[in-house]
Amino acid sequence: MTRVHSLVLMGFGVALLVACGKNPQPAATPAPAPNADSIAAAERARADSAAADSARRAQEEAERIARQRAADSAAAAAGAVTEVRNMLAAMIHFDYDKAALRSDDQSALDQKVSILNANTAVRIRISGHCDERGSDEYNLALGNRRATAAKQYLVSHGIAADRIETVSYGEERPIAPGHDEASWTQNRRDEFEILSGGDNLRKP
Amino acid sequence: MIVGRLLPLTIAFASAVAPVPLLGQDTTAIDRGVRIGIVYRPGVRPGIVVLPGHQAGLDSVRAIVARDLDYSDRFEVITMPGGDSARGTAAAARPDPARPGTRPRPATPAALNYPLYRALGADFAIDVRAAAETTTVVVHDVTAGAVRRTVQGIVPALGLPGFRLAVHRLSDQILQATVGAPGFAATRILFVRDGKVYRIDQDGADVALASSGEHQAMSPAWARDGRHFAYMEFADGRGQLFVQDVATNRRVSVTTTGKSLDFTPAFSPDGKTLAFSRATEEGTDVYTINVHDNCCLQRLTRGGFSDNLSPTYSPDGQRIGFVSTRPGLPQIYVMAADGTDQQLFAPFDYGVSGSSNAPEWSPDGQSVAFHRDVGGTLQVFVLDVRTRTVRQLTSLGRNEDPTWAPDGRHMAFVSDRSGYRQLWVIDLETGRIRPLLQQSGARLPAWSPRIPEAGITNP
Repeated sequence: MTRVHSLVLMGFGVALLVACGKNPQPAATPAPAPNADSIAAAERARADSAAADSARRAQEEAERIARQRAADSAAAAAGAVTEVRNMLAAMIHFDYDKAALRSDDQSALDQKVSILNANTAVRIRISGHCDERGSDEYNLALGNRRATAAKQYLVSHGIAADRIETVSYGEERPIAPGHDEASWTQNRRDEFEILSGGDNLRKP
Repeated sequence: MIVGRLLPLTIAFASAVAPVPLLGQDTTAIDRGVRIGIVYRPGVRPGIVVLPGHQAGLDSVRAIVARDLDYSDRFEVITMPGGDSARGTAAAARPDPARPGTRPRPATPAALNYPLYRALGADFAIDVRAAAETTTVVVHDVTAGAVRRTVQGIVPALGLPGFRLAVHRLSDQILQATVGAPGFAATRILFVRDGKVYRIDQDGADVALASSGEHQAMSPAWARDGRHFAYMEFADGRGQLFVQDVATNRRVSVTTTGKSLDFTPAFSPDGKTLAFSRATEEGTDVYTINVHDNCCLQRLTRGGFSDNLSPTYSPDGQRIGFVSTRPGLPQIYVMAADGTDQQLFAPFDYGVSGSSNAPEWSPDGQSVAFHRDVGGTLQVFVLDVRTRTVRQLTSLGRNEDPTWAPDGRHMAFVSDRSGYRQLWVIDLETGRIRPLLQQSGARLPAWSPRIPEAGITNP
């Protein structure tokens, strides 16, 4: 990728030089005597001046492009951080009144294991949530079960237990406001939140 | 001889009140006529009438007392036909005060025209009078034709703090004087709405904010002395317990590890111990702590793969009912107060009965109320502690989180039977149900003991 960028840049620089050479330069001063020597000297001086000019412009352009490239790569890196952050924060969901991890969430959890392995400074908090159907107070215990179920999975795949906190919000913080199965399905969930060490997330 | 003297009056009165049913106010007047002279028939509630009067400022007191007596579900509260005019009839029927030899009228409440009220179907008549700050209530036994008892109380002026509670205390005294049972008029219910704890009088008046924290609050619970309550607050994903003083609104946090979710506090009857649920990575278990000295944390259950939560003390403090998921889904269990002898409490059909939660032991110790999932919604059940049988109390809508009134026969709970979740009160003996709070979103009610306060005397 980087090499391709350089080649394109070099080609562009050459094209600039060629374009400059073809342009007829307007005479800075009227020629005092049209003799061969003076003409040659003038030609030489003009060529030198044009060459110096072109070189300066090329250098400026190269710097500009280098800056652009640095910015691009920073943006790309930031994009990767966001992507990793989103993968780490992806929620997992549960069946009604259950705290057992679902098989369709396993890949999401495995991804979190990889990310946590690649970013050993990261500490996270898992919060367990329930839908509104069960008992208000029992749901605090159920949410706690759901949070610790996810933690146990991560720990059993090699993540240090002290990097993961668990909390439960029961049914107190729904993300879908409805009173139907579509909302309940979304609300029965674990959320994953970065507590610290998430500034320079590396892609696994 | 007495009958001979009273009969004409009764007949005269009966003809006088004949138009009453036409007012649409009291369609059972004729039935009441049949009840003359019969008092303690089983299944029939005694009639009671709160006498109207001319004294200014007492209408509110009389209205509150009459409503309290009605809400006690122990009386047929009789509305006086024609208001003051009936009182005038009564006065006119008295012996002529101008006649020599009779006593001065104001000093003799016994001069009440008992036959008149007997004809109305009243077994008791309540006369409320006030002198300065002291309110005097004369309880007449209409059947016996005599004053049953006179109670007095300091009632602050209408609108001042303490006014309603003072009147409610008079109502409880009336209940004691008439049917010999302690009432629950001077009680309040704590509940949660919008993350705050509120209180409301049992008659639905005086809603006020009770919790003082900024975080989301849950699970209020009264101490038996009626002077303190505990509740839980979410803060930074943790559950912190607080004990608050009702009079001063000062609160103290209950010592915790700071790393756990503590919830569902329950006071022991002596008020020294707080049982609660603690959720950690090991699961949820029941703990106790000495709130008097903020020490001596004890763990009563070790769930492992099951959760144990929502403790409730028996009134003698010897046992704790709680919820356990050891059968696979939450059901009602019981253990000794030290955590030993854990066993199933409320029977259930394995694979048929739904989750059971939110147990609360009744003040008389004989029952435990809880809610159970029936066909995808919650219904209130009552466990008979002695026979260990359960009966379903509700069936209309979703009904949950029952809490006992101190009389042990009334209960508040949350129901959406009217279309949205609100608080209701049911009388277990008559089945009568009334809304306590006509606002949605109220939940987790906790009914207080009788609220103590000096200032009432019983001469």
